[in-house]
Amino acid sequence: MIKPKKFVEYAAMLIIWLGLVLLFGMLSHNFLSTRTFVTLANRIPALAVIAAGMTLVLIIGGIDLSVGSVLGLCGSVVGVALVDHHLSFWMAALISMAIGLAAGTFNGLISVCLGIPSFIVTLGMLEIARGLAYLTTNSQTKYIGSAVEGLSEPISGLAVSPAFLIALAVIVVGQIVLSRTVFGRYLVAIGTNENAVRLSGINPKPAKIAVFALLGLLSGLGGVFYTSRLGSSDPNAGVGLELSAIAAVVIGGTSLMGGRGSVINTFFGVLIIATLSAGLAQIGASEPVKRVVTGMVIVGAVILDAWRHHLAGSKFSLLKKLFSRPQSQKPSH
Amino acid sequence: MSAVPLLRVTGLEKSYNVPVLSDFNFELQCGEVHALVGSNGAGKSTFARILSGLTSPDGGEMQFNGRSYAPTSKRDAEHAGVIMVLQELNVIGTLSIAENIFLNRLPQRGGMIRYADLNEKAHQALTRVGLGELDPATPAGQLGVGHQQLIEIAGALSQNCHLLILDEPTAALTDPEIEQLFDNIRKLQAEGVGIIYVSHRMDEIRRIANRITVLRDGRHIATHNVDEITPTELIREMAGHDLPNSKPAGEKSLGPVALTVRNLRAGNRVNDVSFEVRQGEILGIAGLIGSGRTETLRAIFGADPKASGEILLQGRPVVIRSPVDAVRAGIGLIPEDRKQDGLLLSQPIRVNTTLGTLERHAGSGGWLDSDAEVKTSDIFCQQLQVRCASIEQPVGELSGGNQQKVVIARWLARDCGVLLFDEPTRGIDVAAKDTIYQLLRGLARDGKALVVVSSELIELMSLSDRIIVMCEGRIAAEFSASEWTQEKITQAAFSGFMTEKGASSS
Repeated sequence: MIKPKKFVEYAAMLIIWLGLVLLFGMLSHNFLSTRTFVTLANRIPALAVIAAGMTLVLIIGGIDLSVGSVLGLCGSVVGVALVDHHLSFWMAALISMAIGLAAGTFNGLISVCLGIPSFIVTLGMLEIARGLAYLTTNSQTKYIGSAVEGLSEPISGLAVSPAFLIALAVIVVGQIVLSRTVFGRYLVAIGTNENAVRLSGINPKPAKIAVFALLGLLSGLGGVFYTSRLGSSDPNAGVGLELSAIAAVVIGGTSLMGGRGSVINTFFGVLIIATLSAGLAQIGASEPVKRVVTGMVIVGAVILDAWRHHLAGSKFSLLKKLFSRPQSQKPSH
Repeated sequence: MSAVPLLRVTGLEKSYNVPVLSDFNFELQCGEVHALVGSNGAGKSTFARILSGLTSPDGGEMQFNGRSYAPTSKRDAEHAGVIMVLQELNVIGTLSIAENIFLNRLPQRGGMIRYADLNEKAHQALTRVGLGELDPATPAGQLGVGHQQLIEIAGALSQNCHLLILDEPTAALTDPEIEQLFDNIRKLQAEGVGIIYVSHRMDEIRRIANRITVLRDGRHIATHNVDEITPTELIREMAGHDLPNSKPAGEKSLGPVALTVRNLRAGNRVNDVSFEVRQGEILGIAGLIGSGRTETLRAIFGADPKASGEILLQGRPVVIRSPVDAVRAGIGLIPEDRKQDGLLLSQPIRVNTTLGTLERHAGSGGWLDSDAEVKTSDIFCQQLQVRCASIEQPVGELSGGNQQKVVIARWLARDCGVLLFDEPTRGIDVAAKDTIYQLLRGLARDGKALVVVSSELIELMSLSDRIIVMCEGRIAAEFSASEWTQEKITQAAFSGFMTEKGASSS
């Protein structure tokens, strides 16, 4: 059951993405082809699942900077497990996700129980996990080959890979959990006013820790996807991915201040980032130009979102926070 | 008081989605204290905001000192000499008192703040509001709310000020501080400054104001000289209809003891507090601000840690280490600051009402049952007469009174046997207050045990079956309904300051 208001929000993001696709279609003759979309679909699973988890973390007003490194570590573990220890793919994937879960739980426990800002804790984990990735692999890229590639190869007759389907499922389940469960409601409430949640007789800590743990798990899954797409495990995988994930979430309209967000719209954010990257490459833009344009789109999207909420009459919009004195947020009498 | 008025407002209009001010007329003389009264939503705050340049009107005309006046920003208004002290505190805790007072005009040379000069000027400004003993270099965050409010007023007074707007200036002040404020107001009056005094507190208005203007639904209802109108008449004009008499009816039969607090100590504000409340009883806690009333409630509820002491429910000791424990044991707390501690302002009424009972609104596996949620929220919104467009309206858009009802609704949904109310009617209008009084009495009739902290004595006396008075973290006195008088209670509240300290520290 989708509420009309939500549907409008999804539709708006869909239209923006379609607009972007059409724009590149006009700029490049080759863009509007099946191949483009297949490539797109098979490139995004890792980012999509991590961004889905990141949405929940931002909703509680936290942040996780370690996801790229954790992905790198988990990907490396997949390589070591398959190549050096000859484990089955499923076993390797399971171990990798367990390690991701452990890293996320560590982030959550330290930041929530000791009251240290998640920014700092996960910044530490960014270094720890990357270092461990190098240690696990001896800083070597390991070629794995067909043992992992199946996950990222298009299913015959369907054009998309199992990884993409899993990512889609994660997005849908993520949205349902967010909007239809007690856990999801607590996340929104914690992000809006944690004090009020606590004084309502609810302990916010378990939910907060769970969110970081979940993102760790999804980073592990992302690591499996990433390794599978490359066919090899690379300790350098996922450098800077945390920023792409946060960008996708923010483009999707999730508030960095917490309390508001949507996993579905995060998925559109992922699509927009991936489409930009693919489209710009196709029209021959250089790497530096791609980065400039992507950066501008991120900022533009946030301004647009703030403006939209401003128009919708929200008294708590980002724009008002930015451009007026604090007391003007007071509802008018 | 004649000739050209200091301020003349004619036909002022302002609407957000609905009109908040329509055809509003107002006049203020030099040296006059003019009180603005009206229920929440009457348009007082909007008028004050227009005058101080925070909002611009949709229509109408304003003349200030005989010249057309249309400020476009707060700075603009301050430049013209119109200064507003806001109801909500605007103090930056990490800056010093002096820096707060002179934030927009720090004395400097080449970009460097001249602290000697600044602190000297701040000292003068503080002396003016009777806080001369404070060191201007103290971080403002270390001060209590009352002092912070006075510092804002000191800031206003230290500017070139022809028209001062005070919005509920005494809400956080204790009696001696109020006296100090009134002295200041009289001084300004003598200097010819016009003062607009927005307040719900009739007794204060009668003491300080020359004239009273009543607003209702954004319209000017009447302007009276203060000695020509009684509070009852004023309330009638504000409400538009007679308020039902709120005197409790007869003797009540009380049930067994519901909550016992023994030798509670917490922080440095709660020193050995013991009391008990029976089922069906409303226990009032009176005392000055800072006497430990709020801290006592928070410690019972587990919101702050206890140093020692025992809590018993129905005679059985319970261990309460957190609000989770308290709620599980059947104790609810309606906090003093609903925006900070109670509400999810950006979330709809529905989400706010069911926050404490989500598990009961969910099936197995934690799936929310939205129909059940809507039902609960509808029931309590109706029972509490929450005025709203729908239960999907964000709570932040409601008036203070309706916001408070939403917080109460959350606890009613939870059905706690013991409810702790901290300033349940703070900053809400007369009509909404009355609904809340009825509600509290109804809860007591249903056999719940209520503890109500309030700074308004009249309110406590009309609600409570028994009143305990706190002073410096202890219970200074206890009164039954037949014993108390305002004088006795006030005396008890001050008792700790009258006797010599040290003797009571054993």
